[in-house]
Amino acid sequence: MASVTHSSPRGSRFRISKRALPYVLSLPALLVCIGILIPFFTAVIYSFQRYRLSQPWARQFNWGENYLNFFTDPGFWNTLKISLLYAGVTVTLELLLGLGIALLLQRRSTVNNFISIMLLLPLMTAPALAALMWKLMTNPGFGILSYLASLVGLENFRWASSPDTALLTVVLVDIWVYTPFIMILLLAGLRSLPTQPFEAAALDGVPRSFVFFRITLPMLTPYILTATLFRLLDSIQQFDIIYAMTQGGPGDTLTVFQVEAYLNFFQSTNVGRSAALLIILWAITYALSNIFIKNWLRLRERARGEA
Amino acid sequence: MYDKEKDLIGAFLRGEVDRRGLLKGLGAAGLTAGTAGTLFNMMSTQALAADFDWKAHSGKSLKLLLNKHPYADAMIANLQAFKDLTGIEVTYDVFPEDVYFDKVTAALSSSSSEYDAFMTGAYMTWTYGPAGWITDLNEWIKDPAKTNPQYGWDDFLPGVKASCAWNGQPGGALGSEDAKQWCIPWGYEQNNLSYNQEMFEKVGASVPKNLDELVATAAKLNKDVGGGVYGIGVRGSRSWATIHPGFLSGYANFGQKDLNVSEDGKLSAAMNTAESKAFHAKWVQMIQESGPKDWSTYTWYQVGTDLGAGASAMIYDADILGYFMNGGDNKMAGKLAYAPFAANPEAKAPTPNIWIWSLAMSNFAKDKDATWYFLQWASGLEHAIFGATKMDFVNPVRASVWKDEIFRERLNKSYPGYVEMHDVSAPGAKIHFTPQPLFFDLTTEWAATLQKMVAKEVPVDEGLDRLVESIDRQLAEAGLG
Repeated sequence: MASVTHSSPRGSRFRISKRALPYVLSLPALLVCIGILIPFFTAVIYSFQRYRLSQPWARQFNWGENYLNFFTDPGFWNTLKISLLYAGVTVTLELLLGLGIALLLQRRSTVNNFISIMLLLPLMTAPALAALMWKLMTNPGFGILSYLASLVGLENFRWASSPDTALLTVVLVDIWVYTPFIMILLLAGLRSLPTQPFEAAALDGVPRSFVFFRITLPMLTPYILTATLFRLLDSIQQFDIIYAMTQGGPGDTLTVFQVEAYLNFFQSTNVGRSAALLIILWAITYALSNIFIKNWLRLRERARGEA
Repeated sequence: MYDKEKDLIGAFLRGEVDRRGLLKGLGAAGLTAGTAGTLFNMMSTQALAADFDWKAHSGKSLKLLLNKHPYADAMIANLQAFKDLTGIEVTYDVFPEDVYFDKVTAALSSSSSEYDAFMTGAYMTWTYGPAGWITDLNEWIKDPAKTNPQYGWDDFLPGVKASCAWNGQPGGALGSEDAKQWCIPWGYEQNNLSYNQEMFEKVGASVPKNLDELVATAAKLNKDVGGGVYGIGVRGSRSWATIHPGFLSGYANFGQKDLNVSEDGKLSAAMNTAESKAFHAKWVQMIQESGPKDWSTYTWYQVGTDLGAGASAMIYDADILGYFMNGGDNKMAGKLAYAPFAANPEAKAPTPNIWIWSLAMSNFAKDKDATWYFLQWASGLEHAIFGATKMDFVNPVRASVWKDEIFRERLNKSYPGYVEMHDVSAPGAKIHFTPQPLFFDLTTEWAATLQKMVAKEVPVDEGLDRLVESIDRQLAEAGLG
């Protein structure tokens, strides 16, 4: 049998069979994987239990009752709707803004480089701190944004404290924090595109809009997909901005998955429902990731001329 | 040296001389305040140690989990006295309230033995107790070998003491014969009116006596004070904390309940009676007309600081919030006054719901006997007097502190109406919620419903009917309804 010989630092010799070597080499990754999977499967088990910390005597497997209860619980459907709406709106707007800013900063110059660094500052702010800052800026008594709103005739604009404008307010904070993330990814993508197609288009006098939609955008799509995937996964799991600004209110306006699961665990100590909510959230993010990664791979193959 | 003075302090500690006599005597003897204080502490320690072996656990160590609060500050300021008395070393972690209870839940639910004792509210013990995270303290309170004979368990205000005791049965009465003492009351808050005297005088408003007058007075203040000042501050965040202060105090004054308990112990929501709907309608109207513009984000912090900064004319909230806003470097310091409040014009007295900062013992404590030594010292009379007279340890939970003339005089001098407010409403002060494991689910949803009503998303009647339906469903799912 073929074997590989290794010498240890002490000089002693031991042999690992060639067949076992790949398994030995992948052992650290396997251990990390186990470390990740243990909490995951614990949550899966909890989600199939009637488990409230305040009623330990009633803990038992209820085999999917937590999930079945969601079907008749209007609160759950509201959570699903708000989470998807929040993720959809923030990612779309951030993508449009990020792309717009990246296009404006595409040409390398001292000013553009300086601006692109300055625009990254919100990304370095902790989202919860950003939310508290915006909470102060939107305070109806002394907030600068409330003052500016009153100048344009929006007296008594209630920002996060009104169900009509709460979503808009937290979306604004999200955009302020995360647009730079998309901007910097797309800027890197734009600056790495080959110049020949653009030079050829310029020689032929192709209109700018045609260049953008037929050359720039298709070549940038892998970058756009990557940025969208990261932001979508993050924003569907949003917690800090919403919790710091409204705790999920007013009413049930902003009870997204993470906020609802957090309140279920830490306030209601309803471990079973909280775990079930998080497993559903995981399923949604898993499905979204799959869709995006499949599309990304398809695009890559097309770029290589394999599709 | 100082023999006469020691005799005088000894007489005071035996209850033979009152505090006024003590201070007069020490002053006549020409003692400076510093010397008198040192002597007093020394004699207090000796008196405490007289009939009880405080050194039984000397050399042991304890760790506390504390919320950032004046009660914790007062305890930390006096902690050396405990260490000297017992020889027990004490360390502590202090967390801000925003994250404090999450930290407690995380520590207890993981059966961590890091903390031996911690600050809690009585409502929280309705989760911690049945979960087996905290200890029934009756075992120590009733054991003369472990409890100082001078501890004075009967000195605690009855309604407050009973509110910390529950038999663990959903819907079971607080303080019943079979109740377990999950925590020891430390300091408590009644919910009454704190108001800005200057603003009331400016618009010629008088202190409201019932809910209708409260709604009307708040509207008048809102309209006439000017400068962007709003009429009344109450909490509005999407949290249980919105329900328990002024709101539930007024609600209970109309004889209304959160839950009905049937003879067979089943629970059902009780918020959609005609009286409850009428109360809710007036409360909602009051906030819409005279509350802060961003009411739905208001916690105790915003309610208090607005009063202190002169942004609101009055609050119907914790009395100690009004107390703290009348001192320090608050803009309105010295301009606030206090009044008891009975929302129901036909009620004989106020029925404030109360919040009790209490001390509980972790079931995972490394040494429960040593921990009990700390608990009985921290909730003892000597520390209560120290906190009440030298720090901001209000409201005390011991009747004898409220009888202390120096304490009453201090309050009367700088906090007009505070003592009277307390005395009038103390007999009806207790927890008016039904103890049960879904407390936080119920109250959070109640707060969310109030937010919807104030935002005119749902009419009051319909909102309460939906709330009752939802709570009944949750109670049934949890096997309680």
